[in-house]
Amino acid sequence: MHGRVKVKSTAQQEEEKRKEREKKLKIYVAARDACFSKRKEGVWDDGALQITQQLLSSNPDFGTLWNYRREILMHLETVKDEDEVQKIYEAELSFLESCLKVNPKSYGSWHHRGWVSTRLPRPDWAKELGLCDRCLSLDDRNFHCWDYRRMVVKKSGVPVDRELAFTDRLIGSNFSNYSSWHYRSTLLPLLHPESPEPLPSPRRPPPRSSPPASPQNHSHRVCEAQLLKEYELVQNAFFTDPNDQSAWFYYRWLLGRAEREEMISCVLVSREEETVTVAFSRPVDAQPGGLMLLLDGQPQTVEWRSVPPRFKHSPVWICDLPPGTISDVTNEHNLTVHWMERHAHRDCALYTGRTESWCRDSATDQELFRSELSVEKTSVLQSELQSCKQLQELEPLNKWCLLTIILLMRALDPLGYEKETLAHFQTLREVDLMRSAYYSDLCSKFMIENTVLKMEYAEVRVFSISDKKLTTLCHLDQLLLVTHMNLSSNQLQRLPPQFSMLQCLEVLEAENNLIEDLEGVFHLPRLEEVLLKNNKISTLADLRPLASCPKLKRLDLRGNPVSGLEEVEAALTELLPSVVDLLL
Amino acid sequence: MAAEDLPSEFDVVILGTGLAESVVAAAFSRVGQRVLHIDRRSYYAANWASFTFNSLLTWIQQHHEEPQPEELQDWSSLLEEGEELIYLSNSDSASIRNVQVFCFTSEEDEEEGAPGTKEDDRGAADGDAVKETPESQSADAKDKAKKQKAEEEEEEEQASQTKGEELSAAQSQSEATRKKISYAQLVKEGRRFNIDLVSKLLYSRGSLVDLLIKSNVSRYAEFKNVTRILTYRHGNVQQVPCSRADVFASRQLSVVEKRKLMRFLTSCVEETDEQRAYKARPYLEFLYDQRLGENLQHFLFHSIAMATEDTTTEEGLASTRHFLRCLGRYGNTPFLFPVYGLGEIPQCFCRMCAVFGGIYCLRHSVNCLLVEKDTNRCKAVIDSRGQRISCRHFVVEDGFVAVDRKKRATPPRFLSRAVLITDSSILPSSSDQQVSMVTVPPVAAGCPTVRMVELCPSTMTCMAGTHLVHLTCQSVGSAFEDLSPLVTTMFRTTESPDRETSPSVLWCLYFNMADGSGLDVKGHDLPSNVFVCSGPDGGLSHEHAVRQAEWIFKQILPEEDFCPPAPNPEDIIYNGENASSTGEEEEEEEEQNKQGEGGEEWKEEGKEEGVKQQEGGEEGGEEGGEEGGEEEGEE
Repeated sequence: MHGRVKVKSTAQQEEEKRKEREKKLKIYVAARDACFSKRKEGVWDDGALQITQQLLSSNPDFGTLWNYRREILMHLETVKDEDEVQKIYEAELSFLESCLKVNPKSYGSWHHRGWVSTRLPRPDWAKELGLCDRCLSLDDRNFHCWDYRRMVVKKSGVPVDRELAFTDRLIGSNFSNYSSWHYRSTLLPLLHPESPEPLPSPRRPPPRSSPPASPQNHSHRVCEAQLLKEYELVQNAFFTDPNDQSAWFYYRWLLGRAEREEMISCVLVSREEETVTVAFSRPVDAQPGGLMLLLDGQPQTVEWRSVPPRFKHSPVWICDLPPGTISDVTNEHNLTVHWMERHAHRDCALYTGRTESWCRDSATDQELFRSELSVEKTSVLQSELQSCKQLQELEPLNKWCLLTIILLMRALDPLGYEKETLAHFQTLREVDLMRSAYYSDLCSKFMIENTVLKMEYAEVRVFSISDKKLTTLCHLDQLLLVTHMNLSSNQLQRLPPQFSMLQCLEVLEAENNLIEDLEGVFHLPRLEEVLLKNNKISTLADLRPLASCPKLKRLDLRGNPVSGLEEVEAALTELLPSVVDLLL
Repeated sequence: MAAEDLPSEFDVVILGTGLAESVVAAAFSRVGQRVLHIDRRSYYAANWASFTFNSLLTWIQQHHEEPQPEELQDWSSLLEEGEELIYLSNSDSASIRNVQVFCFTSEEDEEEGAPGTKEDDRGAADGDAVKETPESQSADAKDKAKKQKAEEEEEEEQASQTKGEELSAAQSQSEATRKKISYAQLVKEGRRFNIDLVSKLLYSRGSLVDLLIKSNVSRYAEFKNVTRILTYRHGNVQQVPCSRADVFASRQLSVVEKRKLMRFLTSCVEETDEQRAYKARPYLEFLYDQRLGENLQHFLFHSIAMATEDTTTEEGLASTRHFLRCLGRYGNTPFLFPVYGLGEIPQCFCRMCAVFGGIYCLRHSVNCLLVEKDTNRCKAVIDSRGQRISCRHFVVEDGFVAVDRKKRATPPRFLSRAVLITDSSILPSSSDQQVSMVTVPPVAAGCPTVRMVELCPSTMTCMAGTHLVHLTCQSVGSAFEDLSPLVTTMFRTTESPDRETSPSVLWCLYFNMADGSGLDVKGHDLPSNVFVCSGPDGGLSHEHAVRQAEWIFKQILPEEDFCPPAPNPEDIIYNGENASSTGEEEEEEEEQNKQGEGGEEWKEEGKEEGVKQQEGGEEGGEEGGEEGGEEEGEE
């Protein structure tokens, strides 16, 4: 048809493009080589500045060239006066702006901009802030820009309330933004601190005089009025889109995630073994000289070892007393353990006629396991639980909602809500198959915590948690005094190294699990009975840790692959000479 | 171009420069057809046009004049053997009726008038009155007419003629706290206005946006996002939360409502069995059974589905889906609005047509068609200068077709339109540059649903300090009867002086326009190669016109691609260029060629693009990105 516009064919266009690229590459390579040789010769002049600029404007991610540029600029600083330097750096900033247009996420460009801004004799922070805002309006999750912005804000002293308003704006336009929520979490404690004092130093030691020393660390907290507003904001987010995790994470931060204070939670003295065992609230490194032991006022030279021995940081440490010091049952002794690092100490009296003695805070006193969300007041937690339940009614299968409900229930009443918690965990495992193992482990942890609490309420030394689908063991440092443990009919695969913290354990029932590894049944001085019927222990080597338990008498290995091995009985008699009752 | 210079042979002659005609023109020209595109009017875009304030006044004046009796010239001397004549109607005035104008602001600058003294001065100095009713205008009209341009005089007289009997001297004398923009200022700044005759929006994923992108016509225009969807409810203007960010930020919804709304919107995306079960039942019933609550139901029904009582569930869900699909492509609402007004769009297509060789003539018309009796085909047209121009196809705007030749299934319907210039937004917010789409449900049973679009100065459609408000509904009575009750409830006028918090109306225009939706392209008493494009329809979208244009194109050239992407200037091969040569020589050659033939046009275009980018709408950039994507896929 006549009059039709003729357009170049694709092959023709491709060829043209290819040639153009080739030409460009030639120029680029030549310029790069020129740059490198200049740098070698130590040339720091305007020409070098220009040639690096050309290269960087087409490829802003060329780190070496930025370095060279900084060398040149630092040199120029020494030869030019301040006004000239100011001009040079201002030109550098506008050049950087064009680089950022090429690649808004170039590490090199942002780093260089940060460097230039700090060297600028008269920086214009307002302009920098404007640049950041423009950048973030194009991509509100550009973390390079967030980083740079934080630097600018710090240097220019932007008031905290204005920054908070800035996060308001960003969250308003798109709340799926971890950077904004996180920034908020750092601003709120500054703007609305919990205590009436304007800015409490985060390092401030907790007031000693206040009544029962709380295990939670209250710094970085926000005043209640503001918290309530934040709850509302974040609820709006997760009701709008319950599948967006950023809001849920912020919510958890709001509900308070306290860390336990480091302290000595238990001291145990054993006359027979002539040992002192110290348990801490968190894993610590007590070597060397971290702990001092006074026996009847006399400092003792003892060697502390961690349990398990390989751990440099451990919540449990043991020392052997010099032989004979406490072996006479008719003597009474007073021990004090000083923890030098924290200036903390704990006393323990070993009375006449007693074979052992301990002194400790019980888990119930400390509300040990509520630390996840426990900072907030019960009334607030209760109302938050109500709104989450409301959401759950609308979205019964939302995993974030279920998980948050579980956490809130635990903070409120772990034993009272146990049944509901288990049901929610079951739903979670079903709706989020990919993470079902995670939920199982978490559920195990909570069940163990509940069992610890029950044990403490009952004031017994028997820890029994059978048939609870346990997949993992934890909080073993809390079980220092347990003598009898029943783990039967769970889904445990191993007894981990931390198991060796159970220094008082005499009987271990672990039938009907999936145990194939006994690493943690190691150096347990009082262990007499180990029942491992129907597990997965398959080799003799797996049983080797048991050899370190001197009092082991009874071992049940029925229903394990290992019991079918040839001449296993003879080998076991040799490996475990103390065992008199072996069931295969 | 002088008329005698017109070539005498074209493939397609198109009369009328409305949207459908312009798209048809671009489509034909793009595939190499010789197109003559003419319009009797002095401006582009027919009833789709946008006017400055002053040219709108001229337009108003024209529509008040009695249509001049047409002198039927006898063109039979130009007839050839076996041909007959069909005369076209020379006036399209039938499509516009009931034009009424009201001015509520003072005629002159009121620098001297201190607010406190107004009342006393009123009787003596007419110019000081803050709110002039048409009545007082009519009293003063004689004096003022001397100072004013003739057209303004006309307009005022019209205003006085059409004064509503209820427009009494009930003037508000207590107000005037707001500094008001005078009529003189409106006229002085008249060029800042681009007032559309039709009020529509572009759905972000509607057929017009697709066409603009596909054809590369988008390079000639810039767009702004409609920034919010509003609704009028319980006597208040409320924001309709429709995007995720809106729902999150909304203060009027409870968290449970937020969840229900998000859930409903998400569930709409794919059809469920439940939805299918309701199919032909009313959408309202379906919504009611979803137990969403009255709040959400209102938003979903009136603002998102834009449904009426008759809307079925299937239709309601389809429009909800369309709304949702369009969300987030360019911004927080599904709609775009062209900077400088809707009249830009037909002009952009005309431009594309011209770039590919189409010839344009305004103030030029076709008087009659020459029809071959045997075949009933239009062989040629006779233009207003009496030139015979042969053509293979003739496309005509429906207004130029004599009424007795048009066949319609339903009696012609009309749209009621109102255009208000106000002094502030109906829902003030942190930003004064909001573009709002407002849905107003029927005030009483049997009343029409009114659609309102409020434009801010950054859309380049009104002067700083004002807002331009378009109201549209299906006519029941005259535009004034249909829309003025709403205007007096939502705005502050002389009839509603106590609405202190509402925006004041400075000036307003009412008129009725024929609804083009009822007219078919074919089936009229016309030759088989004559196609009729209807005028604007009452819908919010441009689907009707785009569909019509594509249909006409496909009837004539079924094998051809409809508006394929226009190539980049650098990819075009000009005459004499060696197709196989590449590299630098070619570039030089090309450069020369460009300057030699037709190159000016391309150059000019490049310049223009640069200018538009400088003026810088954010949306322009995004459109550009989209365009880029299209180009990549080009073969």
